[in-house]
Amino acid sequence: MKFSEQWLREWVNPQIGTQELMDQITMAGLEVDGFEPVAGQFSGVIVGEVQSVGPHPDADKLRVCQVSDGTSEVQVVCGAPNVREGMKVPFAVVGATLPGDFKIKKAKLRGQPSEGMLCSESELGLSDNHDGLMELPADAPVGQDVADYLKLNDVTIDVDLTPNRADCLSIKGIAREVGVLNSMLVNSPAIEPVESVHSEVPDIRVEAPAGCPRYLGRILRNVNLQAESPLWMQEKLRRSGIRSIDAAVDVTNYVMLELGQPMHAFDRDEIQGGIVVRMARIGEKLVLLDGQEVELTQGTLVIADHEKPIAIAGVMGGEHSGVSPKTRDLVLESAYFDPITLAGKARHYGLHTDASHRFERGVDYKLARDAMERATSLLMDIVGGEPGEIVEVASDEDIPEDRVVDLRARRLNDVLGMEIDRTTVEEILTRLGLRVEKLLKDGWRVSVPSFRPDISIEEDLIEEVGRIYGYNNLPVTEPTGSLGLRPEEEAVRPVSAIRNFFVDHGYQEAVTYSFVDPKVQQLVDPDRQGIALANPISSDLSVMRTSLWSGLLKTVAYNQNRQQPRIRLFETGLRFLQEGERIDQQPMLAGVVVGNQYPENWANGRRTADFFDVKGELESLFRLLGIEVQFIGSKHPALHPGQTAELMRDGEHVGWLGTLHPQVQKNLELNGTILMFELFLNSIVSGYVPNFKEISKFPEVRRDLAIIIGSDVAFADVERVAKKHAGERLTALRAFDVYEGESLGEGNRSLALSLFWQHSERTLNEDEVHTLFNGVIDALKEELGATLRS
Amino acid sequence: MENLEQLVQDGLAAVESADSLQALDQIRVEYLGKKGVITQQAKTLGKLSADERPAAGQKINEAKGQVEEAINARRIDLERAAIEQKLASESIDVTLPGRGQDLGGLHPVTRTLQRIEHFFARAGYTVEQGPEIEDDYHNFEALNIPGHHPARAMHDTFYFNPGTLLRTHTSPVQIRTMEAGKPPFRMICPGRVYRCDSDMTHTPMFHQVEGLLVEKNVSFADLKSTVEEFLRVFFERDLQVRFRPSYFPFTEPSAEVDIEWGREADGSIKWLEVMGCGMVHPKVFEYCGIDAEEYRGFAFGLGVERLAMLRYGVNDLRMFFENDLRFLRQFR
Repeated sequence: MKFSEQWLREWVNPQIGTQELMDQITMAGLEVDGFEPVAGQFSGVIVGEVQSVGPHPDADKLRVCQVSDGTSEVQVVCGAPNVREGMKVPFAVVGATLPGDFKIKKAKLRGQPSEGMLCSESELGLSDNHDGLMELPADAPVGQDVADYLKLNDVTIDVDLTPNRADCLSIKGIAREVGVLNSMLVNSPAIEPVESVHSEVPDIRVEAPAGCPRYLGRILRNVNLQAESPLWMQEKLRRSGIRSIDAAVDVTNYVMLELGQPMHAFDRDEIQGGIVVRMARIGEKLVLLDGQEVELTQGTLVIADHEKPIAIAGVMGGEHSGVSPKTRDLVLESAYFDPITLAGKARHYGLHTDASHRFERGVDYKLARDAMERATSLLMDIVGGEPGEIVEVASDEDIPEDRVVDLRARRLNDVLGMEIDRTTVEEILTRLGLRVEKLLKDGWRVSVPSFRPDISIEEDLIEEVGRIYGYNNLPVTEPTGSLGLRPEEEAVRPVSAIRNFFVDHGYQEAVTYSFVDPKVQQLVDPDRQGIALANPISSDLSVMRTSLWSGLLKTVAYNQNRQQPRIRLFETGLRFLQEGERIDQQPMLAGVVVGNQYPENWANGRRTADFFDVKGELESLFRLLGIEVQFIGSKHPALHPGQTAELMRDGEHVGWLGTLHPQVQKNLELNGTILMFELFLNSIVSGYVPNFKEISKFPEVRRDLAIIIGSDVAFADVERVAKKHAGERLTALRAFDVYEGESLGEGNRSLALSLFWQHSERTLNEDEVHTLFNGVIDALKEELGATLRS
Repeated sequence: MENLEQLVQDGLAAVESADSLQALDQIRVEYLGKKGVITQQAKTLGKLSADERPAAGQKINEAKGQVEEAINARRIDLERAAIEQKLASESIDVTLPGRGQDLGGLHPVTRTLQRIEHFFARAGYTVEQGPEIEDDYHNFEALNIPGHHPARAMHDTFYFNPGTLLRTHTSPVQIRTMEAGKPPFRMICPGRVYRCDSDMTHTPMFHQVEGLLVEKNVSFADLKSTVEEFLRVFFERDLQVRFRPSYFPFTEPSAEVDIEWGREADGSIKWLEVMGCGMVHPKVFEYCGIDAEEYRGFAFGLGVERLAMLRYGVNDLRMFFENDLRFLRQFR
């Protein structure tokens, strides 16, 4: 809400400067977003009177004028189309400075001397209107400084009100707050009922009383809408961010700004029969004041006549029934519309109006009549006319109930953390317009005025007292409650430990969006459907990720395009899948690696990271977490068919590791061999608590062997068979060499293994080791077709 | 015996000129070995009378000792020289970079979250998680934001269908936590939140930390100390904090928190909004089945990226989600 400081000060004028005033209301919860002077910086501009206007001998569009400054007359050459004799205008005399540090000097325009300049509104920084000279009222005193005459020593203050403070969407409301903050009485204009001079009344029928609990109408006959709003009103509107349109619209806007009641004026001749407040019928159309035609939808409250809708209630009037300079008779509307009925309606039609903003938040449900009287009398001062009776249609059961709320002193003290003395509390409440109905044993019974729909419970009153007392005047104390320490499972490693592990292994953590490009996701996870957003921000962020890979691969592309050939990234976060009715939201851990395994330097060389680099890192991670995970050769649509491992823990799938499929890589326009993994975080974080075993004092025995075996036989199988036959004293088995070469024959490879045995209570003897070793060799021969390499 | 004198002189000269341990050893053999020239002098003792023998024997021993001493001294010299030579040959350029893996880094959002979590963990808060695809009830309704509420318009919600959405704040986790447990509560919920908004100063996803404390005897004054202390610890500065009345449907009274952040041109304090907070609204307690007469609570919420930007001087919110390595590497 924007308003003029001067206007506010007509209501309440504390002896503090503008900045202090703004700080004060900000700290009361009406946050000042900014302020602006109401005019540009200028000096030496006075009220001038155009005495005569004559042609310029050498220019068609220029006029040579004689302008009076009150004491003498000077010649001014002027190009404005609206200059005319007798007109009063802002006159920048020689020596004046206009906004932008523009100095007015004696000049010759096309040969004619010109001493000064006649100004438009835009030249004074009042508005962007530069259509012609700014016309001052006929009674403006010639020679007076324009800044003084227009009281331009004013600022427009913009407050960003929270949605609960509908009561402050008016000068009256803000003045009330300023009055409370400064313990001052607030002036308000006297509002007297306007006496009717005829008996014509509008025919009003309210068919939707829940949406429109109160509707007032009045006919104002024989108005002169040629008459312009007075300058003071135009200026107040302008300084509150509203353009002057015509007297009828200006007055309704003025009353809205002043009191907070949005109003509307119809052209009576355009209303067929009478006014009906009802819900829109499907298919009905209405051309709005802004020229746009809308098709009304169910649930929209409309003002209609006996034939058609003429306005969307509380949002915007129709073009057809709007007032024009030809309008003779007005029907004025002042109503209370139900906030819930109006909620979201303006937005539904792509609109947001000053009226809808107020009605949605809740207008004072007792204000309509005062506003009607105020508007009538303001209008009559400008456009004349004959007022009729006010017709009020009200549905008592639909009008909000007056609320009475009890405030307990003890509760107030408990919530705020300090005792506030009773008279202070009472003064705050009273100045806010909250009437103390009754003193209770431990507090107050407070009746809530109709302009504060936000107050309905005790906490609301506590907030009011705290807010006006000042949050920063409340004490600061430490919470005293004790919760005791919570158990922490040692076997479950925190995710931070996993993050640190990857950081230590050269990975940079990424945070990518949870919604991704469906095209990328289709490549990375073609078998699953991502959950689509109904209102995505853009098509490339429109489905929820089913895997963290989509985002990570996009990040790889982003960085490869920025000369970053070595990329190691990891991310943790949820992935989302629709599982029937349920949405499965699983925390994942994923990573991508591309480029050299180690940073390139004289010692590290430039070896490209491969599957086993990343596998080794994951194996270390699993040791850190205290879990055993098997890597099983498998297939995944996004991964290289020969370089894919499914990760299993105790028979449960826990994730994938592999090389990105070259075709997918090509489609995504990525470079290099890209290694990727993704794990279910919840499946890997819980390991075990260490359990000490006695260290054997006896020597360990090592035996090595080399076998030739089919390349299609997995090392895991060799390991499994070997372990099965190596007996319980086997302490370790390692592959220390893998070799493939022509000499071994097509489809074969050589594996060199070392086996370690140790007994906890004695030294193993040569014979028993020999027997176990031979047993392993025989089993590898028989079960896997291995041959011993000579 | 003049011969012996000569032999000693020769031996000493040889030792002096020996230029390696090997050469020195040869000299030792040549003079002092079993067949060494000085050792051999002992054979001449037989030709001497019994009276002369002891003196002559002693002379020979003296001669041996003299040469041996010289050999030992020379050996030490030569060994030292050899070690020095070896060390000289083993010198490396210690200014060359080391071998092995580089260090990665945490994302600045995580780094910031960890500092926040650490602070509250020390104050006895648990860290809770909740779903990011939320239902309308937990994201709005139970937080006292009914369907028609104007506050919904401030949220720019991403929807899947009318009842299902991406959470617009981490506040639903306080509802879920209170539903699942019994007071007292001290918890924070860090996490991703989503708003349908994207421009210079908004990203459609960002991070929040929601905090909740529910106890029998807690007041706005306790909330103030918690928030002030947190901000001073976070920024490691004794900065001024102010509480400005505001509005959130799920707290009452509600406040925005501003911190002192430099000075305006006129010398007054420049305030910067960093958090929102308030006392838990009785309606919220009611939704969670907690007796608002018995328990009171406070809640607070903060934007993680905003704090990270202030802390690390990042000037563009969008950089957090571009994941440019040249950006990320600055936070390790």
